[in-house]
Amino acid sequence: MNAFMQHLIIIPILLPLIASAAMLALNERRRTLKRSISLATAALLVATATALLWSVSQSIDSGPMVYRLGNWPSPFGIVLVADRLSTIMLLLTSILGFTSLFYATARWDQSGPRFHSLFLLLLMGLNGAFLTGDIFNLFVFFEVLLAASYGLILHGSGTEKTSASLHYITINITASLLFLIGVALLYSVAGTLNMADLAVRLANTHSEDLAVLEAGAAILGAAFLVKAGIWPLCFWLPRTYAAAAPPVAAIFAIMTKVGIYIILRLSFLLFGKGAGGAAGFANDWLMYAGLATMAFGTIGLFSARQLSRVAGNYLLVSSGTLLASIGIGGEKLTSAMLFYMISSTLAVSALYLIIEPVQRNADEDDKIEGLLEPVFDDEYIGTAKYQEDEDEVGVVIPGTIAILGGGFIFCALLLAGLPPLSGFIAKFAIIDALFGNVVIAPPHWTMIGLLILSGLATMMVMTRAGIDLLWTPGEDSPAHLSIIEVTPIALLLSVCLGLMVAAGPVMLFMEATTNALYNPADYIRNAGPVPEPLPIEIRSAPPAESVAPIAINPNMIGTGASPL
Amino acid sequence: MEIVLSLAIGVLTASGLWLLFRPRTFQVILGLALLSYAVNLFIIASGRLRLDAPPIIGKSAEVDPSAFADPLPQALVLTAIVISFATTALLLVVLLASRGLTGTDHVDGEDGEL
Repeated sequence: MNAFMQHLIIIPILLPLIASAAMLALNERRRTLKRSISLATAALLVATATALLWSVSQSIDSGPMVYRLGNWPSPFGIVLVADRLSTIMLLLTSILGFTSLFYATARWDQSGPRFHSLFLLLLMGLNGAFLTGDIFNLFVFFEVLLAASYGLILHGSGTEKTSASLHYITINITASLLFLIGVALLYSVAGTLNMADLAVRLANTHSEDLAVLEAGAAILGAAFLVKAGIWPLCFWLPRTYAAAAPPVAAIFAIMTKVGIYIILRLSFLLFGKGAGGAAGFANDWLMYAGLATMAFGTIGLFSARQLSRVAGNYLLVSSGTLLASIGIGGEKLTSAMLFYMISSTLAVSALYLIIEPVQRNADEDDKIEGLLEPVFDDEYIGTAKYQEDEDEVGVVIPGTIAILGGGFIFCALLLAGLPPLSGFIAKFAIIDALFGNVVIAPPHWTMIGLLILSGLATMMVMTRAGIDLLWTPGEDSPAHLSIIEVTPIALLLSVCLGLMVAAGPVMLFMEATTNALYNPADYIRNAGPVPEPLPIEIRSAPPAESVAPIAINPNMIGTGASPL
Repeated sequence: MEIVLSLAIGVLTASGLWLLFRPRTFQVILGLALLSYAVNLFIIASGRLRLDAPPIIGKSAEVDPSAFADPLPQALVLTAIVISFATTALLLVVLLASRGLTGTDHVDGEDGEL
């Protein structure tokens, strides 16, 4: 059992890789086989993530589980680390992956070749990014997930997608270059790229190296903040996500959270309490930029005339909320923020899935123009004439409309954070944590105001769209809605419902996660360098050439001034 | 050595950034290529500059690490080169598709005044 659990950590990376490679060899016409392989893989990923989450939450004292690739000792080999934070992200990814794939089998996977391979590669990159304990390995997994996402954005082709993806790819390549510069600067200061080892070494940084270290961390952070969609690096996000196919946009909802996750991980590990001179680095920057992102997203919500833009702008609001919470800090706020992250990601993903069926339901004219028209009076000119034709007293609500409307209202409540759903619990916890501070500073008030205002904006925009698309009676009978499309939406929303019902235990889990983040000693002990002297059996395990890096690494890096 | 390398990185970065902000897709791609060269050189520099020092140690038991160059940045650069090569190739394909679909090579897909 123990040995099996030990190898379970590598499964979320290997499984999608193998399945995706196998599907490349299959002919595109064997659609059913491909669908079953990828759905089975996604379901297995959910099971693996659940098992990992369960075993991590069981082992309270022993700290995170660590998997040494090739059994190389820690600072020389690459480690995978499964702690509470990474396993909860894994579970979130796999749930979104399963529901989006399920939805895609309705018809979206047929609009271009190799959808399933690309999708599983994206899942592999996401899982790897959440699990890795090495910064350069993180870069590699980032590139895997980005390369897959380039393909997925383009899936289905068309002018809008091509032109949006041109911007998306350019921005992400530039961000990757920033990532590399940041990695190089960190390496030149610390001489290691293992996250736990970095935490130890950076704590003892000489003061003359501090400037290089902070510059490196800032450049690295900028690369992640582009992914997280912080203002002013976020203008690409709503347009790109709106151009993508619905199931693709639904899984992309987690891509902004990769950036957040890494910032959370690195800021606590490298710049936490024990970090010496650089402790608390850039927290103020994160806070103000997060607040600006929330404000920008809220304005974007008001100005959005298409539901897909609404969802994109809501992603900005949630990114801003998360970043501002990281910047303000405090254990209570951090655990509330983690709860918010899970809830809002699930809700946005459900919204991206429900947008297309809801809009399909509207008339062709409405679909194009209805949402582009102004908000008041004249908006209903086009639809008023339908009401004249209306001779029935009571309009029978068709089943499709009822299901869609119910799901839509559910989404709206979740996103806006109205009681009693999990969105409300999350926002309430954040506000409660902000009021819990001894001194409530102006930025805290600003954040509370923006949180409430953005909820109001979401509610207004969703109500407007709901009236337009669902209430206004149309001429035609409602479009066909397949069970394949309803099931994933229902699944996502029921997970949110579960979050609401089990809010207590989930919150306790988040508090334990936060506690582990604030006290990274366990993480460093398990994932960090093996204490000297190296045990003899580890030294003899790898092949003969392996002696070289062990001998060369520690003394290689001078502590003197950088030549850069 | 140091001055040559830093000049090379600086010139490549400056030209790369300038091209990146141009309105034509082809210029943007060239800019990204130049920038990635600059970044690759920069990674090499992060392992300290050494002349005539091999990065690989033989099998002899006792070696003096100070006689060797740091092998890790060289491995990182290899990975970075491969990845940036692949993404640039992909971007070229998207560029051609965009040119075919919109009829212009402007980055926004429509010609503004130039």
